[in-house]
Amino acid sequence: MATTTAPLATPEMIARYEPVIGLEVHCQLQTNTKIFCRCPTSFGAAPNTNVCPVCLGLPGALPVLNQHAVELAIQAALALNCQVRRKSIFARKNYFYPDLPKGYQISQYDRPLAEHGWLEVTVEGVKKRIGVTRVHMEDDAGKSIHDGFKDSGVYSYVDLNRCGTPLIEIVSEPDIRGSEEAYQYMTEIKQVLQFAGVSTCDMEKGHLRCDANVSVRLKGAEKFGTKAEVKNLNSFRFMKQALDYEIARQVALIEGGGRVTQETRLWNTELGETVGMRSKEAAHDYRYFPEPDLVPLEISEAWLGRVKAAMPELPAARRARFVESYGLRDYDAQVLTLSRAISDYYERVAQTSGDPKLAANWVAGELPGLLKADGKEIEESPVPAEKLGELVGLIAKGELTGKLAKEILPKMYATGDSAKTIMEREGLKAMSDTGELEKIIDSVIAANPKQVEQYRGGKTAVMAFFVGQVMKATRGQANPATATGILARKLA
Amino acid sequence: MKLTEEEVRYVADLANLELSAAEIARMAKDLDSILTHIDKLNKLDVSQVEPMAQVLYEAEETATLSADVAGPTYDSATATSNAPLAGGGFFKVPKVIER
Repeated sequence: MATTTAPLATPEMIARYEPVIGLEVHCQLQTNTKIFCRCPTSFGAAPNTNVCPVCLGLPGALPVLNQHAVELAIQAALALNCQVRRKSIFARKNYFYPDLPKGYQISQYDRPLAEHGWLEVTVEGVKKRIGVTRVHMEDDAGKSIHDGFKDSGVYSYVDLNRCGTPLIEIVSEPDIRGSEEAYQYMTEIKQVLQFAGVSTCDMEKGHLRCDANVSVRLKGAEKFGTKAEVKNLNSFRFMKQALDYEIARQVALIEGGGRVTQETRLWNTELGETVGMRSKEAAHDYRYFPEPDLVPLEISEAWLGRVKAAMPELPAARRARFVESYGLRDYDAQVLTLSRAISDYYERVAQTSGDPKLAANWVAGELPGLLKADGKEIEESPVPAEKLGELVGLIAKGELTGKLAKEILPKMYATGDSAKTIMEREGLKAMSDTGELEKIIDSVIAANPKQVEQYRGGKTAVMAFFVGQVMKATRGQANPATATGILARKLA
Repeated sequence: MKLTEEEVRYVADLANLELSAAEIARMAKDLDSILTHIDKLNKLDVSQVEPMAQVLYEAEETATLSADVAGPTYDSATATSNAPLAGGGFFKVPKVIER
C-alpha cells in the first residue's frame, strides 16, 4: 500500500479552480429475498448460509427476477423524477473476483430501467437541480475478508451471503460543484429513498455506497479536466473528506505543472487520503452483452400506474402538507421530515393529541433530547407516539401544564408508563380550582412587597417573577396563563 | 474479418485462459471464421424485426417474475462442499488485495 502523502494545494490555489463531480450511488433495495433467487437478504446471518445454487453461480442454475425488487426500483426512479423505460434489458458485466462466483455481474447497460431524472438540492440557501443520468438494477457481490484470521496473510475469506442482493445504481450527471453539494445530494437521495420505502439506506450496513468521479478545471474554463474515480466512500463524512482531499490533490498536481491521470483511487480512512490502485488496464474491459438467461423487463402502463399509485408521499410533499394542514412553521416541517420515521411518528402524535402545532414542539424539541442522551433513534423510542400524543393532548386540554408535562415525559421514557398513570401515582394535575390558586397567589403577593412596589411603579417585567413564584408554590400544577390573569388583576 | 493473435491473447487474458502458441494460432483461425460468419449475418436488414427474447406463450408481463418470498437455502457445509479450500463456514482463496 502506497503511503506517500501527496502535496495538497493551498486554499488560495483551490479557490481558482472549480471541481466537477459526478456520483454513482449504489443502494440496497428493501426486499425479503435476493434479486435473482429466493435466498433471504437478512443481515448478520452465519457465513454462506443465505445461499443457493443461483447466487453461488453453480452450473445450470437460472436467475428469476424478483418482482418486488422491480417495483422498488421503479419507485426509486419515480422519486428521482426519471422516465421509466417500457422495456429494459439486463446485461452481463464480466470480470473475475473471488466474491463474484458467476464470473459476471448481472446489471443493465445500454437500456437501463430509467433515465433523465433530477434531484433538487439546497446549498447555502440556493436551490439547484442535479441531473440523474440513469437508474439501473443489478446484483451485489459477496464479501471478501482480508484480515482477522490467523492465516489472513495467505488467504482471503469469502462470504457469499450478500451475493445477489438487489441494488439500484443511481448515476448523476457531472453537475456537482463541491463536496458540500455532494453531501446535500447524498442527503437528499437518502431521504427520498427512505420516504419512498425503497431502502433503509443504512450506511453502516452498506445499504448506501458511493463512488465519485472527480475532476477540476480553472474557473471559467469550459472543458472538463481529466477525472479520477474515487471509491470506498462509505459514509457521508468520508465522502466529504475524500472529495476535499482529491480536489486539493488534483489542483496541486496541475499547479505544480503536472497532469491528472485517469485512474481509480481508493479512499483510505486511516491515512485520510485517496490512494491510487494498481489495477490492470484490462480490468475495465467488462465486455457487456445481453443476459441470455433473462427475458427483457417489460413494464406496461398499467403496471407503472399501479406502482405510481402505491407510491408513498415524498419528503417535499409531506413538508408542504405539514405547513398547510397542520400550520407548522417551515423550520419545524423541515425538522419533522428529516426521516420517514420521525415524520410518521410525528403524524401519530399529532393525530392522538388533536393539537398538531403543540405536538410538533414535543416531537422536534423535548423527545429528541431524551433520545440523544440515551443514544437511541426515534424508531426505538420507549415512548410510543400514541403515549406522547396522550401527554400532548392533556396539555392541550389544560389538564397538564407544559412544566408538569416536562417532568412527566422523562418518567414515561424511563418506565414506559402512560402520562395518566404517572399523574395518578404522583398526584400531579393542573390546578383547575381557581379558588385554591387565588389563595396561593395572595400569599405570594404578601410575601414579596418589594416586587409588588416595583410592578406598581411600572416595572411590568416583574410579572415573570410572580408567575415563577406561583409555579414553584404549586409544584408546577398551575396553568401559567390563568395565574398571569389573576396576578394582573390582583396587582392592578 | 481479420483477428490478430494479439487480440486473441488479450481476450484469453480477460478470460483467465493460458494458451500455448499453437492454441493461439488455432483460436485466431477459429474465432476469425466465426466472426466472418457473423459479418455475413450482419448484412441482413433486421431493423424492422423485434428480437425474439423468448418463445413462451402470451402472458402477463409479470409471468417471468418471482414473488418476494424466501425459499430454501444451503447450510455453509453444503455451500462450500465443492470448494478446494474452506474454513469456518467461509470459502478460502489465495490472498487478494484489490480489485
